[in-house]
Amino acid sequence: MSLVLIDILIATVPLMLIFASLFAFTTWLERKALARIQNRIGPNKVGIPCTRISLFGLGQPAADGIKMLFKEDIVPRGADRLFHLLAPILALIPAMLVLCFLPLEFPWTKSLLPVQAFLLDGAVIFFFAITGLNTLAVFMAGWASRNKYSLLGGMRAVAQMVSYEIPLVLSAVIVVMMVGSLNAADIVKEQTGWNWYVFSPWGLAAFVIFFIASLAETNRSPFDLPEAESEIIAGYFTEYSGFKFALFFLGEYIAMFAISGLAVTLFLGGGDGPGLAAAPWLSVVWFLAKIFALIAVMIWLRGTLPRLRVDQLMGFAWKFMLPLSILNILVAGFAWHAQQQNSKTITVITWVISLAILYGTASGLNQLNRGSVRPRKYKYAE
Amino acid sequence: MSTAAAPNYELLQQDGLETSLLEVSMGPHHPSTHGVFRMDVKLDGETVVDLRPVFGYLHRNHEKLAENMSYLSSMPFTDRLDYFNSMSNNWAYALAAEKLIEVEVPERAEYLRVIMAELTRLVNHVSLVGFFLNDLGALGTPLMYAFREREKILDLFEQASGARMMCNYFRFGGLRNDVPEGWLERAGEVVDRFPSFLDEYEQLLCENEIILSRTQGVGNLSRELAISAGVTGPMLRASGVAYDLRKVDQYGIYDRFKFRVPHTDGDTGDCYDRFMIRMLEMRESIEILKQALAGIPKGEIMGNAPRVFKPKPAEAYGRIEGPKGELGFYLIADGTPKPYRYRVRPPSLINLTVLRDMCLGGKIADTVIILGSIDIVLGEVDR
Amino acid sequence: MSILGGGIFKGMKVTLWNFVLSYFRRDRLTTNDYSWRPDGDLPQGIGDYPKEEGEQLSDTTTVTNYSRNFPMLLHDGGEPMDTVRCVACQICERECPPQCIYIEKDYDENGKYIKRPAVFDIDVSVCMSCQICVEVCPFDAIVMNSQFELSTPDRFGGLLVRRDDLLKSNDYYHQIHPEEAAARDQKMAVEKAAKEAKKKAAAEKAKAAAEKKAAEAAMGDAE
Repeated sequence: MSLVLIDILIATVPLMLIFASLFAFTTWLERKALARIQNRIGPNKVGIPCTRISLFGLGQPAADGIKMLFKEDIVPRGADRLFHLLAPILALIPAMLVLCFLPLEFPWTKSLLPVQAFLLDGAVIFFFAITGLNTLAVFMAGWASRNKYSLLGGMRAVAQMVSYEIPLVLSAVIVVMMVGSLNAADIVKEQTGWNWYVFSPWGLAAFVIFFIASLAETNRSPFDLPEAESEIIAGYFTEYSGFKFALFFLGEYIAMFAISGLAVTLFLGGGDGPGLAAAPWLSVVWFLAKIFALIAVMIWLRGTLPRLRVDQLMGFAWKFMLPLSILNILVAGFAWHAQQQNSKTITVITWVISLAILYGTASGLNQLNRGSVRPRKYKYAE
Repeated sequence: MSTAAAPNYELLQQDGLETSLLEVSMGPHHPSTHGVFRMDVKLDGETVVDLRPVFGYLHRNHEKLAENMSYLSSMPFTDRLDYFNSMSNNWAYALAAEKLIEVEVPERAEYLRVIMAELTRLVNHVSLVGFFLNDLGALGTPLMYAFREREKILDLFEQASGARMMCNYFRFGGLRNDVPEGWLERAGEVVDRFPSFLDEYEQLLCENEIILSRTQGVGNLSRELAISAGVTGPMLRASGVAYDLRKVDQYGIYDRFKFRVPHTDGDTGDCYDRFMIRMLEMRESIEILKQALAGIPKGEIMGNAPRVFKPKPAEAYGRIEGPKGELGFYLIADGTPKPYRYRVRPPSLINLTVLRDMCLGGKIADTVIILGSIDIVLGEVDR
Repeated sequence: MSILGGGIFKGMKVTLWNFVLSYFRRDRLTTNDYSWRPDGDLPQGIGDYPKEEGEQLSDTTTVTNYSRNFPMLLHDGGEPMDTVRCVACQICERECPPQCIYIEKDYDENGKYIKRPAVFDIDVSVCMSCQICVEVCPFDAIVMNSQFELSTPDRFGGLLVRRDDLLKSNDYYHQIHPEEAAARDQKMAVEKAAKEAKKKAAAEKAKAAAEKKAAEAAMGDAE
C-alpha cells in the first residue's frame, strides 16, 4: 500500500511544485510585461534577500507571498464565515485537479500506475466538468461577503462564466470529432508531425473561439467585469484579505494554466515540436513553451483592451460565438468526410469553401449585432 | 435642475414579482470618480433608475478666503481650483482683475500667455483621455502613454515658473518672470513631437471595436438641454453648438491665430463625440502653438501695474475658454486692497448638473463612463 | 472595419511596438525619474545633489535648477548672522497667503531696533511654495530652496523651520539656481551702483553747497 502512496506522491507533487513556481514566475512576468507596455519598468528591486543583488525583481513574487501570509484575516461582520472560508479553497482545488489530466509526460513517471490512471478515456469531459466548479466558488465568494459590490460582482461572474462555457465546449467538440476519442493522449498522438488542428480553417476558428471563451472563463481582460477595478472595486473578492486573496489569485492563474494546457492539447499539438526523436523529454519543454506563449498573448490583450459591458459581453457570447461555433461543427463534419476521400483537389476546395463560410458568417453576425457602430467624422467651424 | 421624469415604480410589480431597488452609494472613496465625489444610485438590476450626486467633500472656502486677502495673494489659490490647469485659472483671474484697473499687457507677455494656456489645454485633454480610458477598463496603458507627454509639458512649466502644477505664474499686467533661455526651442520640440503621439494614440484607440461599442449611444445630451443647462466647453461642442470663447470674446490675442473649432451636428451628443472632440481640439491647439512660437516678439514681461493693487469701486467679470469649459471670475472691488466679493464660475460644476439626465436608463457601468466624459475636477466643483 | 477585429489588432500592434521600444530607447520611459533627460544635464543619482556643508540629502529623485520648494534666508558668506540680508521688515509675513511666516525683530541692549530678525519661523507644513514672499521682499533676502526631503516623525514642531536652519549662503544659492542667482546678483549690483552714484551726486552737491556757503560766509566776513 505504501508503495502506491509513494507512487502517487511522485506523480503529483512535482506537478504541483512545478506549477506553483510557474505561477510565481507568471505573476512576475505579467507585472514586468504590463509595465513595459505602459512605458515604465516593473518591479526591479527585490532580488535575493539580504543582499543587494536584484535579479530584475524576480524575488517579488516571494515577497508578495510572504506579505500575504502575514496580513490580518478580516471577515466582515454578519458575513457567512464558513462560505467565506470555503470559497477560495473551492476556487483553487478544481484548477489544481485538472492539471493532472494534461498529457505532460514527465520522464520519471512513465511507468507509474497512477499516471496510467490519469490518462482517462474521458479526460476532456472530465476537464470541463471540473472547471465548472469555479463558477460555484465565485458565487460563494460574492454571496458570503455581505457587500453589495461583491454581490454584483458575483452575479456578473456567474452569468459570464455560464454563458461562455458553451462556446468553449462546442469548439472542443470539433477536435474530439476529428480524432474520435476523448482521451488527451490520443488527441496529442493524432497531431504529431506538425499536423496540428490549428492549421486548418475550422480548427483555427475553433481555436480562436476557444481562446476568447477561455479569457472569459478565467475572468481576464477584456472580460474582467467581475473584478472590474473601476466600477465595483474588486468585485467578488473585495472583502478578502491576506492569504485567502492569495488563494483566489493562485486559483485564477492555475486555471489560466489549465485552460491554456487544454488549448495546447486540443489545437496546438501538445508536446509536438522539433527535436523529439532525439530527446523525448523535450515534449515537456515544448508543452510548457506553448502554454507560456498563450499566456503571453493573454497578458498582451490585458494591456491593450478596455473591458466590455455586461450586456455586450452576454450578447457577444450568445449572439456571436454560439452560432459561429455550431456552424463550425457542421463545417468540420463536412470537411472530415471530404478528407476521407483522400484527394488533394477536394481538400483544397473544402478548405476554401470552409474559410469563406466561416469568415462570411462571422462578418455577417458582426454586422447584425453591431452594424451601426463605426468611427465618425466631425465638422469644423472657423 | 433636471427635466427627466421620476422613476416608474409600477415597473417593479410586473409578473406578480415584487422586487426592490438596489441602492448603491458610489462613495467618495472610489477609484474612478475623479476625486471625492459621491453618487447615490438606485439600480434595478443593472439599470440606473435614479441618481443623486453629492459633492462638497473638497470645499475649502476659496471664495471667502479671498475676501480677506489682497488680490495678488489669492492668485496661488486659483492654481488649486482646477489643479490640472493652473495656468488657465491664473489667466482667468488676471483677466478679471485687469478689467478693474487700466493696464496694458505687453506683446511678449500676451504671446506667452497664449502659449501657456494652449499647453495647459494639451495637458488637460491628454490626461482626460487617459483617465477616460482607464475608466473603460484599459488598465492604464493609454493613461501611461498620455502621461508620457504630460511629463514633458510639466517640465516646461517647471522651467518657466518653478513648479510643475501649482505655477502661480500670471500677474496683473503680465507674467511673473520671463522664460529662461532655450525654453522656446524646447517647447517647439515638444510641440513638434506631439502629433506623432496623437497618431499613435488614435491608432490604439479610435477604431477599437470595444471602445466604439461602449461609448457610442451612451450618455446622449441633446442640444436644447445643453444650452438650457448652461453647459460649456467640449461638452457643448459635442452636442452640436459651435461656441468657443476664443472666437466669441477674442480675449488676449486670439484674433491673430488661425484655428478651427471642431463640433458635431447635434444628432448624437454621446461620450464618443466628447472623446473625439477633445482629440481633435488637441490638434487645433498644436496649430495655435506653432503659430505663437513662431511669432513671439522680444520685449518686457510686465506692464505698468500699480505697486499696490487698490482698484476703484467697480465690478468685473473675466472669462476664458478653459479646457473644461467657460471659467469665469466675478470680482466686486470697493476701493480697498481686498475684494468685496470674489466668485468663481466653475465649469465642472455647471456641466455636472446634467449628469442625472444623461445617466437615467443606462447601465451602471455607463454611469462611470459618462462621469468620465464630463471631465470634472473636484477642486473646481467644490472650490 | 475591413478585417473583423481590425481595430483591436491595430491596438495590439501599437502596444507591442511600445513594449519592444521600451527596451531600446530610454527616452520613452518618461514617467521614470527624469530618465529621459540627456545625461550630464542634471544630477543623476543620490548624493550628486549640491549640499550645504553638514547637510544630508536622501533624495531618490532629482530636482532641476528651476524647481522651487520652500523658502530660505540668504546671507553673503562667513558668519550667517553677520551678513544676513533680512532686516525683519515683516513685509513677507504680511503678504504670505497662508500666513506661515512668523518674524520678531531683534533689539540690542538699549532697546534700539537693529536690522536683523531675532525669530524667523516658517511653518513648512502650511507653506504652499507660492513664491510671493520672494517677490515682495525689497532686500532680496528670501529666495526659494529646492530641497524637499523635510519629513519628520515629530508631529508637533518637526515641520517648523527656525531661523538658523533657514539661513543658507549665497554660494549655495548659486549652486542650486545658477541662472536666477546670477540675475539677482546682477540686479543687486545695478541697484547698488545706482545708489552709490546717487550718494556720490548728493555728496558732491552737499560739498558744493557747503563750499558756496563757506565762500559766502568768508565774503561776508571780509566785508
